[in-house]
Amino acid sequence: MRQKKDVQQGTLALMVLKTLDVLGPLHGYGIARRIEQISGDLLAVNQGTLYPLMLRLEQEGAIASEWGSSESNRRARFYSLTRVGRKLLVAEKRDWEQTAAIIARFLEVKTEDLG
Amino acid sequence: MRSLHRFFARLLNFTTRRSNDERLREEMESHLASQTEDYLRSGMAPEEAYRQARLKFGAMEAVRGNYHAEEELPFLESLLLDVRYALRVLRKSPTFTIVALATLMLGIGANVVVFGVLNEVLLHPLEVRDPQSLYQVRHKQWMIGRLLTSSYPTFEDLQRRNTTFSGMAGMYGYSGAKLLWRNSVRKVSGYEVTGNYFDVLGVEPETGRFFHEADEHGPNSAPYVVLSNALWRSTFHADPGVVGTIVELDKHPFTVLGVASAQFHGTEKFRWPDYWIPMMNEQQLENYDYLHNRTSINVTVLGRLKPGVTPQQATENLNAITAELAKEYPETDDGQPLRLIHPGLIGDEGDVIRGFLYSVSLLALLVLAAACANLATLFAARAADRNRELALRVALGSSRRRLVRQLLTEALVVSLLGGAAGLASAYLLLGMLNRSSVFVGSITVSLDLRVYLVGLALTLGSALLFGLVPARQAWQSSPMQAMKGGQAESKKLHRFTLRDLLLGVQIAICTLLVTASLVAIRGMIQALHTPLGIHPEGAMLAYMDLSSTEQADSTVPESASIHDATLEKEKAVLEAARGIPGVTAVGMINQTPMTGGLHGVPIFQPGTTEFKLKNSVLAPYVFSMSPGYLATAGTRLLRGRDVSWHDTTDTPHVAIVNETFARKMWDRAPAIGQRFLLKGQLTEVVGVAEDGKYHDLTESPQPVAYLPQSQSDGGEMIFVVRSERTPKEMTAALQQRLSSIAPNAPIKVLSWSDQLAGELLPARAATVALGVMGLLAAMLAVTGIFGMAAYNVSRRKKEFGIRMALGARKTQVMNAAVGRPMVLLGVGSVLGLLAGISASRLLGQIVYQANPRNPAVIGGVVLTMVLLGVVASAVPARRALAVDPSELMREE
Repeated sequence: MRQKKDVQQGTLALMVLKTLDVLGPLHGYGIARRIEQISGDLLAVNQGTLYPLMLRLEQEGAIASEWGSSESNRRARFYSLTRVGRKLLVAEKRDWEQTAAIIARFLEVKTEDLG
Repeated sequence: MRSLHRFFARLLNFTTRRSNDERLREEMESHLASQTEDYLRSGMAPEEAYRQARLKFGAMEAVRGNYHAEEELPFLESLLLDVRYALRVLRKSPTFTIVALATLMLGIGANVVVFGVLNEVLLHPLEVRDPQSLYQVRHKQWMIGRLLTSSYPTFEDLQRRNTTFSGMAGMYGYSGAKLLWRNSVRKVSGYEVTGNYFDVLGVEPETGRFFHEADEHGPNSAPYVVLSNALWRSTFHADPGVVGTIVELDKHPFTVLGVASAQFHGTEKFRWPDYWIPMMNEQQLENYDYLHNRTSINVTVLGRLKPGVTPQQATENLNAITAELAKEYPETDDGQPLRLIHPGLIGDEGDVIRGFLYSVSLLALLVLAAACANLATLFAARAADRNRELALRVALGSSRRRLVRQLLTEALVVSLLGGAAGLASAYLLLGMLNRSSVFVGSITVSLDLRVYLVGLALTLGSALLFGLVPARQAWQSSPMQAMKGGQAESKKLHRFTLRDLLLGVQIAICTLLVTASLVAIRGMIQALHTPLGIHPEGAMLAYMDLSSTEQADSTVPESASIHDATLEKEKAVLEAARGIPGVTAVGMINQTPMTGGLHGVPIFQPGTTEFKLKNSVLAPYVFSMSPGYLATAGTRLLRGRDVSWHDTTDTPHVAIVNETFARKMWDRAPAIGQRFLLKGQLTEVVGVAEDGKYHDLTESPQPVAYLPQSQSDGGEMIFVVRSERTPKEMTAALQQRLSSIAPNAPIKVLSWSDQLAGELLPARAATVALGVMGLLAAMLAVTGIFGMAAYNVSRRKKEFGIRMALGARKTQVMNAAVGRPMVLLGVGSVLGLLAGISASRLLGQIVYQANPRNPAVIGGVVLTMVLLGVVASAVPARRALAVDPSELMREE
């Protein structure tokens, strides 16, 4: 199942958006930590992959970013969800739920159901 | 929407070359620091904490790479890379680049020039409203020139009776006058047009107004003139105040009504009028009344079709009217069937011009095709040389698609540079041609958007043509083979390759073009040696306006005595010219041959009473001349006598006819003493002169009658003076002597040869055009053969060395080195020659009497191709023979 990884990469964007939606503006490290906390070891390695992804989201207008200072007074870039991003999140969420529901139903299927 | 947003953000990054490298670096550092801090807090050793943080972050280079890829447009960026790489590669081999660029520049430049002319002459619509529905009425029979097809009364009948035209206007395009404005006199030429002319054409003036039908109230009632924009600018200094002032045309006052716009030049592309006057006032300029005469064929009829009417319906309508008219006026209207054409290109000459331009365009495209074949060979050879490099890149993981793109980019860069150079040189060349008077009449060729687009299309098209060959080669190349350094191609040596095909095609095209240019050159030589019936060399022409002096001292305004007075003055001029030392003969004629505007004058058998065109037996050109003109012009008088001053209006009318006239009228019977009716006068033939060319060089033998000036109705004469002195001396002497006779009369003197130079222009233009293309093609063939042979030799140097070391004879090595190009040369030449011979119809469009089957032409082509082959292969052959086996063996 090599595709697993790709699917996870695709969901990463959704996770970033959801995290920002729930927690408000956050810097890259913060986002990485929250996702790690929630998803277990899914993002244990390669946290760096977040950054190209976030640049892409920013270019799409879904998130905005600006310099600020972190809890430990370190200069960091803070990302926040925009209006476009909120809409995107709603749409992605619905898509994801639909997909998940379909997949779940398929996995429930037993022989007698198809007979 | 989102992707568009993203695209613009990236495009902005790309164009501003802004990079977020710094930002990423800072973010990464911050991220690592925070992570390390967290690990430290959980009790890790500092070094271990930092290491773990980095591990968790992942490969920093990969992140940076991905980040960068997100940041910009990878496609554009790699294109830029490709272009930069291509430029570097091209700079590294300057000879190759220069040859390629020059080839393309010539090929594309030639095409742009030809297309520019074609665009101007054929594709630009006339500057009138809805040019598609504007037609010109012509006789059904196809003929050169003769734009005048109707008499004015016939025109009025057509206009009144037709049911298919929304408007019909008449024009006479050969009007000429002396324009007097602020004491300076200028000869101008223009149109006499019907009152509705501007309304039918649907044009607007620049300033002032045009005249309309309502301005006319019968003959000589509308002394108005509309100026052309060019005349307004040159003579009236573009002064808007000129509108409403009065100018004199041939001493008659005309009110300037308005000025035409700079784009409107009437309906003939090659003949721009200086002015337009109402046809109602024609008599003031023409000195005779053609408005009431059904036999004066003086009107060109223009008409605008009603919407929804087809030209076919309109033609039938017109022909029905013509048939009616022939019944109503049997003496004058012959009921010749009519047809409709679009005006613009001197009537039917449009067909000739179209044929010429399309044929030359075709040849120009062939030159470009040969150039592309040449470049394809060059590029393919280079790609083969770069095989190792390309293979290495494939082996290192570059995709083949990427390689092909790289090669195509190179081709594109070369073709864009070459195309730009071609356009620039075409622009300069056309500018030069516009300034010189190579183009007939007033046409100027400008490069508009369409020409640039065609240039671009040709450029891209050729890039594709010659870029795909090496790309295909790269696509098929196997890195394994190439890396082994093996002569993958040695296996293919005996196979017929794409490159051979390209060279063969190129040589065939080249031979075709060489054939065409030799045919043109031969046509030109023939044209130069056509018996003209005159000997212009050593003769001078003097134009002198005696009318201004005549008016001053003629007290009796009766026309006959004016004529006599003028004749006396002309005699005085002739005597004065004869008195100049070195002058051997003098004469005068109303119009020298090949200066255009000749019309056949119908003649009738003696005793004819109905002077209908149908009854005329011949329509010769008619000249009027002084005694001695024929001898001065170098036209031999074969039988009989010359005209003399004793042939006056009181003696029987006489004429000298040419051989064609005599043969057509009386076949073998002696012509002297025969009679015919010309302009209502019973005229007796007193002499027979040799044939010549009268209207143009390409005409078939035409009948001609020369009348004594002393029996004709006058008009301006041209003095012809033959002498033994140089034209320069004679010009000065004539100017001086003639101005002493008529101090105020403007005099223009030039040598007859110079005056005729224009007549040879089409032949000359064709020769130059085809000659240049032939030369280009020959150059391409030489470089093509040379390139292939040289490449062949350089690749097989080692093999030749071994062969020579093993005792191969020189001829064998030669054969191996240049044998194949020679075979291709032979096959290609034969094919090209055959194509040239079968394309004689095409060439006939370009050159008069083109005959590629002529042995001189065929011999010339064969000789040229052999010479080209020798020149092109001499160096590679020598190089092959000069291979020093011992040195070569030591090399590796």
